[in-house]
Amino acid sequence: MNADRRPALKPVSESVGPIAAMAAVFARDVRVAFRQRQDLLNPLLFFIMVVTLFPLGVSPEVAFLKQSGAGILWVAALLSVLLSLDHLFRHDFDDGTLEQLVLQPQPLFLLVLAKTAAHWVLTGLPLVLLAPVLGVMVHLDGNSIAILCLTLLIGTPVLSMIGAIGAALTLGLRSAGVLLSLLIIPLYIPVLIFGTGTVAAAAEGAPVGGYLALMGAFLVLAVTLSPFASAAALRISLSNS
Amino acid sequence: MWQFFHKLGSPKWFFGIATRFMPWLLAIGIILLLAGLVWGLAFAPKDYLQGNSYRIIFIHVPTAFLAQSIYIMMASAAVVTLVWRMKLADVFVKTVAPVGLVFTFLSLFTGAVWGKPTWGTWWVWDARLTSMLILLFLYGGAIALDRAINDEKSAARAVAVLVLVGVVNIPIIKYSVEWWNTLHQPATFKLTEKPSMPVEMWVPLLLSVLGLYLLFGWLACLRMKTEIVMREQKTRWVRELVMAGRG
Amino acid sequence: MSEPLLQAIDLECERDERLLFQNLSFSILPGTVTRVEGPNGTGKTTLLRILAGLNDAWSGQLLWCGEPRARQRESFLRNTLYIGHRPGIKPLLTPVENLKALMAGRREVSDEVLVQALAGTGLAGFENVPCRNLSAGQQRRVALARLLIADEPLWLLDEVFTAIDADGVRAIESLLQQRAAEGGAVLVTTHHELQLPGMKRITLGAGGVHEC
Repeated sequence: MNADRRPALKPVSESVGPIAAMAAVFARDVRVAFRQRQDLLNPLLFFIMVVTLFPLGVSPEVAFLKQSGAGILWVAALLSVLLSLDHLFRHDFDDGTLEQLVLQPQPLFLLVLAKTAAHWVLTGLPLVLLAPVLGVMVHLDGNSIAILCLTLLIGTPVLSMIGAIGAALTLGLRSAGVLLSLLIIPLYIPVLIFGTGTVAAAAEGAPVGGYLALMGAFLVLAVTLSPFASAAALRISLSNS
Repeated sequence: MWQFFHKLGSPKWFFGIATRFMPWLLAIGIILLLAGLVWGLAFAPKDYLQGNSYRIIFIHVPTAFLAQSIYIMMASAAVVTLVWRMKLADVFVKTVAPVGLVFTFLSLFTGAVWGKPTWGTWWVWDARLTSMLILLFLYGGAIALDRAINDEKSAARAVAVLVLVGVVNIPIIKYSVEWWNTLHQPATFKLTEKPSMPVEMWVPLLLSVLGLYLLFGWLACLRMKTEIVMREQKTRWVRELVMAGRG
Repeated sequence: MSEPLLQAIDLECERDERLLFQNLSFSILPGTVTRVEGPNGTGKTTLLRILAGLNDAWSGQLLWCGEPRARQRESFLRNTLYIGHRPGIKPLLTPVENLKALMAGRREVSDEVLVQALAGTGLAGFENVPCRNLSAGQQRRVALARLLIADEPLWLLDEVFTAIDADGVRAIESLLQQRAAEGGAVLVTTHHELQLPGMKRITLGAGGVHEC
């Protein structure tokens, strides 16, 4: 190992800007995910299968499905996001890239935000795109499907953001997956309520602008606050490993 | 001020103070609770709508009060854990969480018992009951996380983060559950819409709430003392304490 | 004598109710190689993780360039290179992609520099092979390629020689020595017999803590 060019050995102060660092984190996660495409498909398959269980397990009647369709889709989407969260930091934790992430001379919450954004693009967004197909299968009308997709589009990033806190807290623990669900499901309830409630209100012909604005407020709140909690939780979990 | 704060963080100092105050907490707590309960259950007037069955309020409301305020107290202690790393705050959150869980369960249970004569069923997806059920989940999560992490300092800090996230979410959960409730059950019998309570009802209620708070203080001190002795068993003052107890 | 880069004063760490070390004080000066020694389970890795800023379960004082480290976080992180047991290599990415991602938050590096560094660790021709197809030693070399392009004055290296063959070990030894000669500071833990002229030691373990 020979190096011909030696850098100066005085402490340096200039480093890369936070936006570039975030972009690099995002790009790496997306690249890794596309090298293992099956992992991208799994939450989607799970989403479809859970939705299939309801007509089979409860009732295939059009009236029931029309009424419960939005709720079924929301619950299924919530569960598949939950299932995918365990991987959010786990692989990085195992191979040591998480340590290197924390040691970057950058605000950690921004890097965590970038990682969570990648998680949403890779799991939440595909669910939103698949939802219309399943909406048709549970006999939702066109307007309801449109509103449902809109609520999922606003709501799934909130699921990823809140879920990241749970994933960071349970990192490296035994049976982390189940524990993660226990911690996070109660926090998902408001998003679920407003997600399905908005569709129900739309079906009754009520104006939904206010509800959507409220969900938007949830999103803003989650994006601004949860990265700090996730970053703190990551430090605690790494410190303990 | 800072010296006082520093002292407050010392487990040994707390141990002494708690030992001194505990008999008072216990005695006054029992007196107040008994007074409130006897007055409420035996002497307060009947409710004009619900008859005698409303009297469970004298147990239901205090437990529900405690269930909610314990979570707020835990959140305050969680801030102390994260910012000042005070051992006593770690101990408080850890030992008090199961108490909060029990009170939440009791308030749900008494709510269900109350629901039977009032609504005709044990369980109603009423906004308050549902919020309490979610609070029960939050307590359960905090306890489960604490049990899952071996190292006590890491456990305390992880639980502190979780409790703070929970406390930010509680108002949002409450609000959304209430909205959901109006959306699905617009015709439900609403307790909030009742006429205001006569003095003969709310004074005993106040007494039992206060009594239960004091008893909670006593129980918290007791549990914290136990936990402190477990954690500090290697220190000199705990050894001396044990030796003194023997001799 | 130049200013110490990193200074530890009365460092104490308790882990799982066991006291690993206490009253540990030392300075890491530019131009030195320091080896952390001690039997298994005496806290060598923990000490390195504390110094790197990964573990907060310690008490005492840590000074970076004479000031409390907590107040100098970004400067400290920017100027410290830590390579741990788990080297931070993603199996699905190629060596070049991995190095690029690891450097991303610190400074911009061109692909040619990375390819050159990889060639310097004996990985010429493997630049675009996914790391999972490389051997354990080769993966380790990918992480160590960072040493050839690092501009950080302080290196914290945990078990650097793991899975590295004899030639590689010699190359790393001379790299560390060269680094110290240039004014860099290196702190290593290793089970390998490391003998460098002028090497300092921090000994942890049963007989208490010594610093030489």
